[in-house]
Amino acid sequence: MTALPVARRRPGSGRNVLRLVVLVAIVAVVLYPLFWMLGTSVKSQAEIVNNVGLLPEVFTPGNYVDGWTNFDISFGRFFLNSVLVSGLTVVGNALSCLLAAYALGRLRFRLRKLWFTVMIGTLLLPGHVLIVPQYILFRSLGLVGGDWPYLPLLVPQFLATEAFFVFLMVQFMRGIPRELDEAATIDGASPYGVFRHVILPLSRPALVTTAIFSFIWTWNDFFRQLVFLSSLEDYTVPVALTLFIDSTSQSAVGPMFAMSVLSLLPVFLFFLAFQRMLVEGINTSGLKG
Amino acid sequence: MAVTTAPGRTPRTGPAGPRPTRRRAGRARLGEGLAGYVFLSPWLIGLMGVTAIPMLLSLWLSFTDYDILTPLSEVRWVGLANYERMFTADPSYWHAVRVTLTFALIAVPLKLAAALGVALLLNRAWRGVGLFRSLFYLPSLLGGSVALAIVWVNMFNRDGAFNSFLALFGVEGLPWVSDPDWALETLMVLAIWQFGAPMVIFLAGLKQVPTELYEAAAVDGAGAWRRFRAVTLPMLSPVIFFNLVLETINGFQGFTAAFVLSNGTGGPVDSTLMYTLKLYISGFTDLEMGYASAMAWVFLVAIGVVTAVFFSTGRFWVHYSDGDDS
Repeated sequence: MTALPVARRRPGSGRNVLRLVVLVAIVAVVLYPLFWMLGTSVKSQAEIVNNVGLLPEVFTPGNYVDGWTNFDISFGRFFLNSVLVSGLTVVGNALSCLLAAYALGRLRFRLRKLWFTVMIGTLLLPGHVLIVPQYILFRSLGLVGGDWPYLPLLVPQFLATEAFFVFLMVQFMRGIPRELDEAATIDGASPYGVFRHVILPLSRPALVTTAIFSFIWTWNDFFRQLVFLSSLEDYTVPVALTLFIDSTSQSAVGPMFAMSVLSLLPVFLFFLAFQRMLVEGINTSGLKG
Repeated sequence: MAVTTAPGRTPRTGPAGPRPTRRRAGRARLGEGLAGYVFLSPWLIGLMGVTAIPMLLSLWLSFTDYDILTPLSEVRWVGLANYERMFTADPSYWHAVRVTLTFALIAVPLKLAAALGVALLLNRAWRGVGLFRSLFYLPSLLGGSVALAIVWVNMFNRDGAFNSFLALFGVEGLPWVSDPDWALETLMVLAIWQFGAPMVIFLAGLKQVPTELYEAAAVDGAGAWRRFRAVTLPMLSPVIFFNLVLETINGFQGFTAAFVLSNGTGGPVDSTLMYTLKLYISGFTDLEMGYASAMAWVFLVAIGVVTAVFFSTGRFWVHYSDGDDS
């Protein structure tokens, strides 16, 4: 987003200083919980109870070791599981949604309008509504708690069921000039050739946006993973974190915070690396007019 | 409204060759029709297998007493019994409805107000806007996670950070998260904390408001408040509408934080029993999947009705500038 040069004032006037002060105050309030989380993750047990300030008096990184090994299975395994699920979800979404978007946004075929409307209809469909029957179906296929317990989480992602990404890509493809398709067609390219040589390379920005969002959402997702994963060694990070809550003893607070911090680290790194794109991605997809 | 455009996407291929003959075009169209379905097939399979069939299965299940333990073939048809029980014999169901509505009715307007307020503060071209925008957006990325919910619960504990903040003013706080009167409020604060996502959308909307309108209003002697009421709000109404619909539907579906706060029970005293949590407990703790399916369908219909109400009332307050005489 480029800032409009209109109404630019030189900073320094009283109003602008006031505005800045207010904004900084809001930032402080908004970021406080994050810093507090970070501080608490390196506090000793005694300090967690007695010192609720941001900084620990005694730096206690041991919480990270304790949290990592708190359960019978190391947290490293949970991280690997989460990486696997999120990574494959990214691949599935990027691939399948791009295929669907190319068909719905670019090709002419019978009932296209109808399918497009159906796709838009599924945009607002809450996932919670489908969880019970999906669980029953996947279970009857032997996929829940099967040899590969992540299939119920992954199969839908390879079938373009995230309508949001399909929609985002259709919108994006509108910006790719149709003349390119036509030129390629005249040069003898089939719709597959056009997809391979025109749409796929030019859709990279939309693919990247999709990849980032689908990674973050899957990494943070709890509901589906809670429902479909039943044995400890298959747990992903969010599900494993709730185990800390079950053990109600106060002594686990430090390790719990340490693992919470670690669990947010990938999302935070994505944020640092792609913040422009994230903020703009939500713009372009949000404003469908 | 802005349509996605990519930078540097100017067409480089120039000359358009001769148009293909009609016959070739016809064959190409046939091929395109087939290709359309080839490309669409994963989505179509997903639509059928992951969406449509489960929806129908769920509708059927809602008229049965299915629990996961008995095989599907031995399921008993119970007619409207699940719906009857939900509406007349299960007080905790109505409780969940009330909790969910309260949550959405309070948290969504406050979240949008915060989003709009901060967006207005940021809506000036100056260095640093990008940094602020990103920092405000960060909670929207992190806030839905289990980790943040854990932090939140601890922050609003009896000896959490919030109470020590209150202590600065000599106020003695409550154990907010274990107080049935306040537990839901802490979840609302968590939702409002994530105002960054709608804020970013507001900011983009504000960029589209033509500055001439403000200038004209200023010439006519309108003060800041008047300009906000007469120019900003109407020009922004499509974006407000979009955010309102999206956030309300999201608000109805809050699950993670309520689960973490109550350790999956909806407590204390059902005060955080969000609809989706009630559905989860019925389906996956009590294993009453028929009953949970009925709940899911009522939820779906309710969301449809709410969306329809939004769209039908939107006519009266959402102002679209194209095709208008303004």
